[in-house]
Amino acid sequence: MKALLLRDLRLAFRSGGGFGLGLAFFFLLSVLVPLGVGPEGGTLGRIAPGILWIGALLACLLSLDRIFALDHEDGSLDLLATAPIPLEAVVAVKALAHWLVTGLPLTLIAPGLAVFLNLPAAGYPWLILSLLLGTPALSAIGAFGAAITVGLRRGGLLLSLLVLPLYVPTLIFGGEVVRRGAEGMALGTPLALLAAISLGAAALLPFAAASAIRVNLR
Amino acid sequence: MSIWEYANPKKFMALSTRALPWAVGLTVVLLAVGLVWGFFFTPDDYKQGSTVKIIYLHVPAAMMAINVWIMMLVTSLVWIVRRHHVSALAAKAAAPVGLTFTLIALLTGALWGQPMWGTWWAWDPRLTSFLILTLFYFGYMALWAAIEDPDTAADLTSILCLVGSVFALLSRYAVNFWNQGLHQGASLSLDRQENVSNVFWLPLLVCIAGFALLFVTMVLLRTQTEIRARRLKALLARERVA
Amino acid sequence: MPDLGKYAFAVLGSYLATAFLIAALVGLTLWQSARTKRALAEVEARQGTSDG
Repeated sequence: MKALLLRDLRLAFRSGGGFGLGLAFFFLLSVLVPLGVGPEGGTLGRIAPGILWIGALLACLLSLDRIFALDHEDGSLDLLATAPIPLEAVVAVKALAHWLVTGLPLTLIAPGLAVFLNLPAAGYPWLILSLLLGTPALSAIGAFGAAITVGLRRGGLLLSLLVLPLYVPTLIFGGEVVRRGAEGMALGTPLALLAAISLGAAALLPFAAASAIRVNLR
Repeated sequence: MSIWEYANPKKFMALSTRALPWAVGLTVVLLAVGLVWGFFFTPDDYKQGSTVKIIYLHVPAAMMAINVWIMMLVTSLVWIVRRHHVSALAAKAAAPVGLTFTLIALLTGALWGQPMWGTWWAWDPRLTSFLILTLFYFGYMALWAAIEDPDTAADLTSILCLVGSVFALLSRYAVNFWNQGLHQGASLSLDRQENVSNVFWLPLLVCIAGFALLFVTMVLLRTQTEIRARRLKALLARERVA
Repeated sequence: MPDLGKYAFAVLGSYLATAFLIAALVGLTLWQSARTKRALAEVEARQGTSDG
């Protein structure tokens, strides 16, 4: 399993592996929003939590179809399905690899982009914490979506149609944590619920994803 | 004789063909009685004026929009557990009906909200949940449309329906929480059953029954179509081989 | 016709919109049903099978 994780990470960092694409997208979005909304600091500060969370979500979405598609094309997914480790574990490891190359870097550069969006100072620690707790859910849900669409030729568009509604609760609680943090309000409840979604998704969705892959490989 | 007998496509076809005329008749009668009663023979509400008449469309459509999804969840589970094709096809047949009800609920709600709340749309938890439900219906139908092999499609959509149900429920609570967080919930909910007087309540009941039967009729007919389409596909495949 | 007062647009609009959506659903369903039935009958006649 460690070998699988390392292999996935190596593939992601290789040229054309898609690492950096999500980050660049996230960066661009944070630059484009002020250009569209106007430079007024108060407005930007108020919408910053939502924009940053939506940016993270969309950046995550960009690389989802890579989780299984490449392995499906060259047949290594069939090998993994018949390998001695359970397919559920394979899914979990791949979701983890996806998080390490998208969710984690997104979390790390988010504070820098928050400067562009004039996020109030009190919001920074909560921005990092909420993304750290929330992005694993994005990867786990995304891996499920990718597993459903893996056999389809033009799965990319469908993938976003399937996955984005599933992202709603994560987005709501994540944005709420940062907004409340920025306004100095109590945020224990949304933070706990965000963590609960991540844990629940990481624990249960690999099973759903694995059964979807089995169907697709049949 | 158990209910599973009807999971046999042939038996289902026979039964549904016999049941359909009754379902159609009952639907027409109930909808006509309920809507005519509601539209022509109920008084205006002292607060809402004549807009109260929208309730006869809005409430049944909204109820059915949710019930259809639950029906899809149950039939998806039946497909996963017992692998009866009729069950999977019934779920597929129900989705467009559910989507139509969801759109009716949203549209009539907007038309009611404009004069009553002064706005077509408000990000009220109830409205937002319905919008999200629409997205789930779209995703589910798109997945059915995208997959060629019918058994694969049935499996994957069933899995999506199960996972989607959990997330739809989560979204419902998340949305409740989200709006409360911004401003105190302006209690926008319609007068629900509790405080609707009998004058409105009885025709509403008839309308709810009418919408439910409309759903039954549509699903029976659509499931028949799906079964025929499957058979057609099989015959054509046989032809190509021969 | 009951007097709808100033809310005539909202009430009539709701009923019309609903009628339109349901008509669309019913129409689509009937059309699909008829088309599939016809195609199936054609193929069955050609193949000489009719056990459905």
